[in-house]
Amino acid sequence: MRIADRPTEELLRISAPLAVDMMTRFLREEVAKAGFSRVVFGLSGGIDSAVAAYLAARAFPRDRILAVMMPYRTSSPASLADARSVAEDLGIPFEVVDITPMIDAFFAGEPGASALRRGNKMARERMSILYDRSAREGALVIGTSNKTELLLGYGTQFGDLASAVNPIGDLYKTQVRQVARYLGVPRPILDKPPSADLWQDQTDEKELGFTYEDVDRLLYFMIDERYSRDALIRGGFDAAFVDAVARRVRINQYKRRPPVICKLSSRTIGVDFRYPRDWGV
Amino acid sequence: MLVRVGMVQMRPVLGDVAGNVRLHVEWVERAAEAGCGLVVFPELSLTGYGLKDLAYDCARTLEDEEIRPLLEASRRVDVVFGMVELSRDYTVYNSAVYASGGAVVHLHRKVYVPTYGMFEENRHFGRGKQIRAFDTAWGRVGIMVCEDAWHPSVPYVLSQDGATVLICPSASPARPVRGDRPGSQEIWHRAVRMYAQLFGAYVLFVNRVGVEDGVLFYGASALVDPFGEVIASAPMFDETLVVAELDGEVLRRSRSLTPLAREEQLDVTFSELSRIMAQRYGGRWIPGAHR
Repeated sequence: MRIADRPTEELLRISAPLAVDMMTRFLREEVAKAGFSRVVFGLSGGIDSAVAAYLAARAFPRDRILAVMMPYRTSSPASLADARSVAEDLGIPFEVVDITPMIDAFFAGEPGASALRRGNKMARERMSILYDRSAREGALVIGTSNKTELLLGYGTQFGDLASAVNPIGDLYKTQVRQVARYLGVPRPILDKPPSADLWQDQTDEKELGFTYEDVDRLLYFMIDERYSRDALIRGGFDAAFVDAVARRVRINQYKRRPPVICKLSSRTIGVDFRYPRDWGV
Repeated sequence: MLVRVGMVQMRPVLGDVAGNVRLHVEWVERAAEAGCGLVVFPELSLTGYGLKDLAYDCARTLEDEEIRPLLEASRRVDVVFGMVELSRDYTVYNSAVYASGGAVVHLHRKVYVPTYGMFEENRHFGRGKQIRAFDTAWGRVGIMVCEDAWHPSVPYVLSQDGATVLICPSASPARPVRGDRPGSQEIWHRAVRMYAQLFGAYVLFVNRVGVEDGVLFYGASALVDPFGEVIASAPMFDETLVVAELDGEVLRRSRSLTPLAREEQLDVTFSELSRIMAQRYGGRWIPGAHR
């Protein structure tokens, strides 16, 4: 069987119990080391933040967790209902902050602002609220970006990509689904098509132009297994698809890195001043 | 019985040498109370593993006052611990120390400092140049630090140098998570069981736990007897002290039944390696000069 025909589910299968155990220990230890005992995160009603919520509930006492739902007026009511079902199922405190007044006030003078600008602004508004709650609650912000999004750059820099610790950033979207099933994430969240929910009927797969099944299979061979372009194409992947995904991964590298600093000294932050993140905790 | 060993599956605090010395002394006391004659800590147990530039800040000479309390503790129980060693020529090494009676008995500088994938040791650490067994009050021992054991030449040389006990302090990260146990753990356990059997030696795999910069170390420390059987082991991810006994009678029986160490033709190995070295380096090859 060609590599491109191998079922993604089997290819990317992980041990959900082991992964969950590790992510739970990771959260507990990294948060405690940073001097925090509370966590806060955005709960959208999607599968990624639902998984983060279930992990947080395993890692911390319920009263140390705050989930924040931040709908905009065009957000699907089902999203909010799904988010609420997660918080209620877990018995964790939650808060709803409607971002409509902030977003609409900002764009009041600019009716022609593009969907991209509006979407980015919403993502950054939500980030800003989470970091305010972080300060208010003395809680660390948990990230909910998965490996597929991070590699494809399918997220807003300093928006939904911002966080202090991210338990799921090394799981592809299809692996997040495996973990979600194991954690008991409610059925409607598992079954619905993933969406940033920035406008009506938006879905990730429509916007990206390919399915998570397909792109995760390709990314797995391209990134994890270091297959060359030629080997991928020989293995049955469409050349245009390989090139488009490789390009996305490449051009979005900046979103995964801190800003570039002009090197002037003999010891430059990030270049030859290199300490572990955990140095400071 | 040769010795009762305590394998300390612990979580060092990254970059805090003094704090880790205190932790070590506490673990040594616990092991002493359990009747141990030897206590073994993981790789870089005095500093933590993912140091980057902290490696230079954490480097200590063997004479440093800060590590003195741990050497003092070795008056009670022999201790193997890991440290960033600052040598006399100011090179930093990823070293393992065997201390006994208040003094350093043996120093092993990690020979294979991995610098690929997630590892960047050779960026900071010099390469050790000696692979030597040494005598203790209870037996002849060899130390290999983590990646050293991924090069079979290291346990081979230690075995030929007379070691019947191979101590392997490690900091092995857990990944990938395909099966019920991390892939790295499966490979490590296979390797140490195989080494124990092929070299007719006890192998102590002492691995750390804890999280550093998102990397989890899985623990699962194990003592393997010379028949390749795991006779004591620790759980994954949790701090613990595992106590077990090494028995000379087991070594005697194993080496009587399968005398592989005795049968080893060191002269053949040496002449073939010499030939390979001569072919690779031509007439320019001088033993010990190629580093």
